[in-house]
Amino acid sequence: MSDHSLSATPDPEPTRPAPRAGWFERLIYRSEAARGFGLLAPTLIFMLTVILVPFAILIIMSLWTAAGFDFDTTLTLKNYSQVFERPIYMALLGRSLYMSAIATVATVILCYPMAYYVAFHVHRNKMMWIVLMTLPFWTSYLLRVFAWKVVLGYEGVINSALMTAGLISEPLEFLLYSQEAVIITLAHAWAAFAILPIYVSLEKIDRSLLEAATDLGDGPAMRFFRITLPLSLPGVIAASLLIFIPTTGDYITPALLGGPDGAMIGNLIQKMFGPINNWPMGATLSIVLMVVITLICLLYVFILLLVRRKIA
Amino acid sequence: MSTESYIRKKSRPLQVYAIIFIIVLYVPVLFIPLFSFNDSIYVRFPLEGFTLKWYAELFQREPVWNALMNSVKVGLSVSVISTLFGVFAAKAIARYRFPGRGPLVGFIMLPLVVPLIIFGVALLVLLSRLGIPLSLWTVGLGHLIVCMPFSIATLLPRFEGFDPALEEASADLGENALWTWWRVTLPMIFPGVIASLMLTFTVSFDEFIMAFFLNGTQPTLPLYIWGQLRFPQEFPSVLALSSFVIAASFVIVFIGLWINRSAHAGAIKVE
Repeated sequence: MSDHSLSATPDPEPTRPAPRAGWFERLIYRSEAARGFGLLAPTLIFMLTVILVPFAILIIMSLWTAAGFDFDTTLTLKNYSQVFERPIYMALLGRSLYMSAIATVATVILCYPMAYYVAFHVHRNKMMWIVLMTLPFWTSYLLRVFAWKVVLGYEGVINSALMTAGLISEPLEFLLYSQEAVIITLAHAWAAFAILPIYVSLEKIDRSLLEAATDLGDGPAMRFFRITLPLSLPGVIAASLLIFIPTTGDYITPALLGGPDGAMIGNLIQKMFGPINNWPMGATLSIVLMVVITLICLLYVFILLLVRRKIA
Repeated sequence: MSTESYIRKKSRPLQVYAIIFIIVLYVPVLFIPLFSFNDSIYVRFPLEGFTLKWYAELFQREPVWNALMNSVKVGLSVSVISTLFGVFAAKAIARYRFPGRGPLVGFIMLPLVVPLIIFGVALLVLLSRLGIPLSLWTVGLGHLIVCMPFSIATLLPRFEGFDPALEEASADLGENALWTWWRVTLPMIFPGVIASLMLTFTVSFDEFIMAFFLNGTQPTLPLYIWGQLRFPQEFPSVLALSSFVIAASFVIVFIGLWINRSAHAGAIKVE
């Protein structure tokens, strides 16, 4: 069934075009590209329709304005100028970027040794370790965040344990509904996104390079900084992008654990489409968020390339 | 092996770190089932005593059953469709070189990275402009966007570790395309197909953000849980329901990853 390229004709020898085949069959047989496109087409067409079309409409809507319960469909950049003029929008956007940047750095630093351990020190049951590390990531994001609410809550695990132990007399209020709570939860929830790419890039390192470095007199630390770390950099870059991009627009974590101080841009976008009922403004914020994330990632990759060229 | 032993020698601190890491990864989640058996309406230490009453009470709630059925319906349809599409796409990506292959694959994989809230609101805006009412169908549509990349990523290593000569041999021996597919291709990628079905089902079953924006009047299980979070007196039953969802997801995902483990081992092995 996957081979509709082959089933197009009853010819038992698929490597050669059938003599009487039409132009289409000949194309399919001769051209690898046509076969590739043919198989990819259903997925590609679906994804193009459900991603690009909604995006186009979103961009158009961001140029409208809200008028009561309806939209004023005259095209204007008013929403965009509002985003840059009213401090609340820029503050929230800046805070989202700041919080996910911290969470990204923390996650990558904490996950690197873990990935290193599995890549270099686990020889048997490697697969078991990988499954163990990625298993929680497949389960409900909502519930993993909810678990942190149980842990950090006013009467949660940490507070009630400390109070039972007699270490504190009042619950620590700063645990829940703070930026720190959001950052901790984000770092915990996205760990698998950091471990996997770093692990793969570490696993690819040719072990003989390390031997060569040792033979030439490098100690373990020098060996790590001169060979292992630079060669695993692609994994580190991938990991940081894979965490930074989605966490900037996160909704669940700040909604459950952020409180007013820890709210992020995703919460405001949801409010625009929900209680505030200003869809054009919500659309504008979504577009601005995407553009800002893209620019930051381009800048990040560009700087890294520049640094690498300097070193090389 | 022995020559590189000084590079690979055991590192005690790293081992301790790894064990602590795994514990920290799992412990917060395990508090949910722990407190779901606690005989108190408050989620706090010290534990009051063992009870199953939160589960028993949950069992009798009509809305829970409805939400569960909704989630299963959406999950099953989404997993079947995305796996079907995923098989075609993974084969195209693994087997054939064609112009624009890299960027196109990158585009299809976008939903893994781009914040889902963006896709959610974009789709919401489109559906409302088209006048399509929100329902389980629109939730399923949203989940397809999320699940497609997972399905392809799961199936890709299967096709990459699969020698095309096997299919050619089957064709040379006189099988037609359909039989070649049935007797050679499918058995080779079968673990990947099963894994893809199980993983995409779980992703859809657990997905919240898309469902949050695109659902009509019939909530899925995560939406039901979200709705209950507002009521403090419902906290224990939410914990019980969450424990059930977590246990179900863990079992399904574990089986899926385990069935497909040889594909990962093949793709990752470089030595």
